[in-house]
Amino acid sequence: MLFKPVLLWTDGLLWLLLALVGLYAWRVRRREHLLQPWRRLLRSRSGVASAMILLAFVAVGVLDSLHFRLPLDKQAGAAERHYSPEVLSVFDLLVGPLRKQAEKTYSAPFATRLYAKETIELPDGRQLRDYPRLKYGGAHLSDPATQQAGDIAAIALQGGVWALVAGWGAALALVLWLARRRRVSPGAAWRLIRQGGDEIPWRTFLGTVAMLILFACLAAAFSAKYHIFGTDKVGQDVFYLTLKSIRTGLMIGTLTTLVMLPFALLLGIMAGYFRGWVDDVIQYVYTTLNSIPGVLLIAAAVLILQVYMDSNQDLFDTVAARADIRLLFLCIILGITSWTGLCRLLRGETLKLGEMEFVQAATAFGVGHFRIIARHILPNVMHIVLISIVLDFSGLVLAEAVLSYVGVGVDPTMQSWGNMINGARLEMAREPMVWWSLAAAFVFMFVLVLSANLFSDRVRDAFDPRMK
Amino acid sequence: MNAPLLFVDNLKTWLDAGKTQVRAVDGVSFAIARDETFALLGESGCGKSMTALSIMRLLPEAGRIVAGSVELDGQDLLALPEIAMRTVRGKRIAMIFQEPMTSLNPVLTVGRQISETLYRHTALRGEAAQARVLELLDAVGIPDAKARCHDYPFQFSGGMKQRVMIAIALACEPDLLIADEPTTALDVTIQAQVLELLRTLQRDHGMAVLLITHDLGVVSEMAHRVAVMYAGEIVETAERGEFFANPRHPYTRKLFASLPGAVRRGQPLEMMRGNVPPLDSDFVGCRFAGRCDFAWQRCSEEAPAWTEVAPGHAVRCHLAAQPADVGPVMEESLDGTASVGTAPVGTASAVHVRLHPQGVSPPRAAAELLARARKPYPQHPLLLDKAGGLLEVSDLKIHFPIRKGLLKRVAGHVYAVDGVSLAIRPGRTLALVGESGCGKTTVGKGILQLIRPTAGSVRFAGEELTGLKSSALRARRADFQIVFQDPYSSLDPRMRIADILEEGMISLGTASSPAARQAGVDSLLRQVGLSPDSKYRYPHEFSGGQRQRVAIARALAVRPKLLVCDEPTSALDVSVQAQILNLLKGLQDDLGLAYLFITHNLAVVEYFAHEVAVMYLGRIVEHGSVEEVMHAPRHPYTRALLSAVPVIETGSKREVIRLSGDLPSPSNPPQGCHFHPRCPHVMPVCRLDYPAATGFSATHGVRCYLYEGSPGER
Repeated sequence: MLFKPVLLWTDGLLWLLLALVGLYAWRVRRREHLLQPWRRLLRSRSGVASAMILLAFVAVGVLDSLHFRLPLDKQAGAAERHYSPEVLSVFDLLVGPLRKQAEKTYSAPFATRLYAKETIELPDGRQLRDYPRLKYGGAHLSDPATQQAGDIAAIALQGGVWALVAGWGAALALVLWLARRRRVSPGAAWRLIRQGGDEIPWRTFLGTVAMLILFACLAAAFSAKYHIFGTDKVGQDVFYLTLKSIRTGLMIGTLTTLVMLPFALLLGIMAGYFRGWVDDVIQYVYTTLNSIPGVLLIAAAVLILQVYMDSNQDLFDTVAARADIRLLFLCIILGITSWTGLCRLLRGETLKLGEMEFVQAATAFGVGHFRIIARHILPNVMHIVLISIVLDFSGLVLAEAVLSYVGVGVDPTMQSWGNMINGARLEMAREPMVWWSLAAAFVFMFVLVLSANLFSDRVRDAFDPRMK
Repeated sequence: MNAPLLFVDNLKTWLDAGKTQVRAVDGVSFAIARDETFALLGESGCGKSMTALSIMRLLPEAGRIVAGSVELDGQDLLALPEIAMRTVRGKRIAMIFQEPMTSLNPVLTVGRQISETLYRHTALRGEAAQARVLELLDAVGIPDAKARCHDYPFQFSGGMKQRVMIAIALACEPDLLIADEPTTALDVTIQAQVLELLRTLQRDHGMAVLLITHDLGVVSEMAHRVAVMYAGEIVETAERGEFFANPRHPYTRKLFASLPGAVRRGQPLEMMRGNVPPLDSDFVGCRFAGRCDFAWQRCSEEAPAWTEVAPGHAVRCHLAAQPADVGPVMEESLDGTASVGTAPVGTASAVHVRLHPQGVSPPRAAAELLARARKPYPQHPLLLDKAGGLLEVSDLKIHFPIRKGLLKRVAGHVYAVDGVSLAIRPGRTLALVGESGCGKTTVGKGILQLIRPTAGSVRFAGEELTGLKSSALRARRADFQIVFQDPYSSLDPRMRIADILEEGMISLGTASSPAARQAGVDSLLRQVGLSPDSKYRYPHEFSGGQRQRVAIARALAVRPKLLVCDEPTSALDVSVQAQILNLLKGLQDDLGLAYLFITHNLAVVEYFAHEVAVMYLGRIVEHGSVEEVMHAPRHPYTRALLSAVPVIETGSKREVIRLSGDLPSPSNPPQGCHFHPRCPHVMPVCRLDYPAATGFSATHGVRCYLYEGSPGER
């Protein structure tokens, strides 16, 4: 076989989540009243723009979740094929050279030389203390000092041209699609897009897509020749690390939800629907859980897991599997500590719904409790679930960064924004300062969280029954 | 009439609704003189509240006044800067709102809230302001004002809160008081108190009052002049007497004809076709044309102009501009409304004949009316005769425990239903009447076992329901169903109509195959007057009346024998109420349904019910056939209730029995007869024990010491 697929735990859960989202989308497509809030969402500019940016992040995260192991070169006489212990993803293949082009240590963005002086042995035997040239960054230049500016301009131009082509391609595709969809001529469709006559703000959509394309093209063009965000302590490309961190952030943000949702839904609806002692018990449970500091619980759980993993090394065949278990465990423990908020909301809403007359009418028909919950209560609290999921997402991404910084977050071998910040914190104090790790992690996290927040704002507006 | 105080001319208020403009008020003109009560009458959504808010310039954000002028004493209010407008609001124009529960700030004492207005608009401070607050509370009839002005709003009942609202409105002795549905949220006996108060205050202070209401009875009791609004326009305006004696606009006449009452027993009520047109469209012709029985081509082509048919009486209708005088016909029809006993069966056809001398539109309604008019109901004796009853309830008690403290110990009970007995026979309607909080809805739910009774027995077709296990109960559930008050909360917004109707059939297994269920859904929708196509739509696509039809269809889906109707029409407009009542009546005739009709609307009872039971604080105080209870009430409470209902009367003033105070709390009912603290005939014995039942006839019984031992007298 060409490769051996690897299904990590978090990958499996991510696919499960995507399947659930797909199922939901399929259900929504046929139901006008469920579709309406989404339509409202698509009509707002910030909603469309933030959704596109989020989609770009999700695309990177999903590509990074298709894992496999490449075969090692077959050794003579070996009966079976051996696979590399390194687990790669489709994303790693796509960004190809980025992963492998490691320097010796720190180098600044777009640098051609290392950030630290080294003793270089000249061919004639003399020793010189200077900043050595990088192995990959700007290696194609013979005299960086004079050539670099021109080279950067040329690469920027090249990236710009790619972006222009791709951007126009995207615009053309949109025009043709819209023309077919709205049954108008392509010219009319173009005018619709430019003048904003359609209900969906296509101009914003196209602008966001164009910006994403431009960024992708420039990054692709530059990163082939330079380290655009510099390199870290062990010489890894920071841009690559940042991109790899996207998956970690998304996983924490989404899988935690998946873990917490059953608790919140089941317990919240049960408490609100059955009341009496069921309500009392559930309320006591979440009040108690809420009064334990979350960080304490997480730290304890993660440390216990660490001890367990250290004493059972043979359970994990690769480093990635080890790191993945720790990520999963972090999601679970975050989920367990964070379901109480949503649970409380759902309990209140269910209390209200239980008094509604349509629930009483169903009771008068002798409809069973389970059916009433499934058919009447659950669909009527889904908007709250959706709003709170989207709102929680950005909080969880930030929580990962904080926990990793404190040292109880994801595995140190796993690329994450928290780990990047943690690694960069000491370097902030040195002179000259190494700022790019922190800055790159900050910018990417900021863009993700900002667009998630904008998106959740729009979701809340669109799903709020009081807004018309 | 002296110079008008308020002069509204061609007022247009539009609301932004996305891309369209809703013309909530579209060219309204009227004038109000000092010491005059001017009633703005209309159904929900016709723009009457928007008119009031425009006068106050308190429009919602989306609303704006696009044209017209509002002059108060010659001063154009619309031209005033906002800062000057603030001195007008509260001082010169005051407003009271519909919902007293939400109009007061719950964290301030009522004294503070009244003095706030005084501080803003007058120079009164400290002691003087306090004295004025007490004076105001006294004036609106709040007993022990000195102590109560330090109370918070939650310590007042609904009627008392509305009095406080009135006190705030009156604080600066405004020239104009705008009362927006001031009594709609209140019970009849409380409504009578508040209306009386408003009338007295208006007379004493010489205020002008703009009364906004949908209730013709309130208009008749309160107004000097009346204007009827429809779809953003005033369609008719007249002096009160002239208005009730001689309404001219077809819409007004339909409103009168759709009122239920004793006179119309046995006949279907007049209905209006269709709905109010959406207000975001451009109107070419008359706005009522689509629903008008008399409409002809001109009505849809040309908007009718104001036509003065009599001094002070103007109508916006093409009919009025025609030479053919329709006055006498209408008088005849209204005599029927006002005086009990005449059956105005012939009037409808007479109207048609006179209005259509050229025979422009066929008088189809009249023929139908005559064909469908039914004979008066024969006397059915024996309300409480247990034999042959479909439903027999005896000594039903439903008590809710009040739990207190950490361990949730039972600290007391709410005696919501405390010993109710009643019986309903197949195909008959028993009306359960009472004010809000008397426990009538709880009785309905207790009968359906939606709330398990504390004690007593509910026998349905001879079988005891109270002790049944839930599985055994489910088998019987198909026989009794419920229709709720609010059609907006009784249908699941996330389910299609077909799914809603199927739910009961699936659960109770009345239709086995999906095809049978679909056929059932179609025939049910037809039965309640909806098109079978509508089964794939969602509840939000329907109007209130249509939703109530769906709710009725849902209940009928399992072919019940008894339908508990819990105020099925009280959330609906008069014209829609007529449609629903006609539907229920028709279903009863066709299917032989028995109804337990829970209501506070006595006109509906008179029109609809066979037997009546009057409830007060968890117990039935009087029961009997509708003739006995409505025309010869015995219990002082029934009498007070009946007299408190505002009625349309052109003739002599009836004597109204005003009840003092409010309904006591059901968690702590008064010792002895529950009614004695409010009873005008209270005797010492009333304070000791609850009176036993006294019978007057086989059907008519009452629980009151006035009749103890002397049945048939008084």
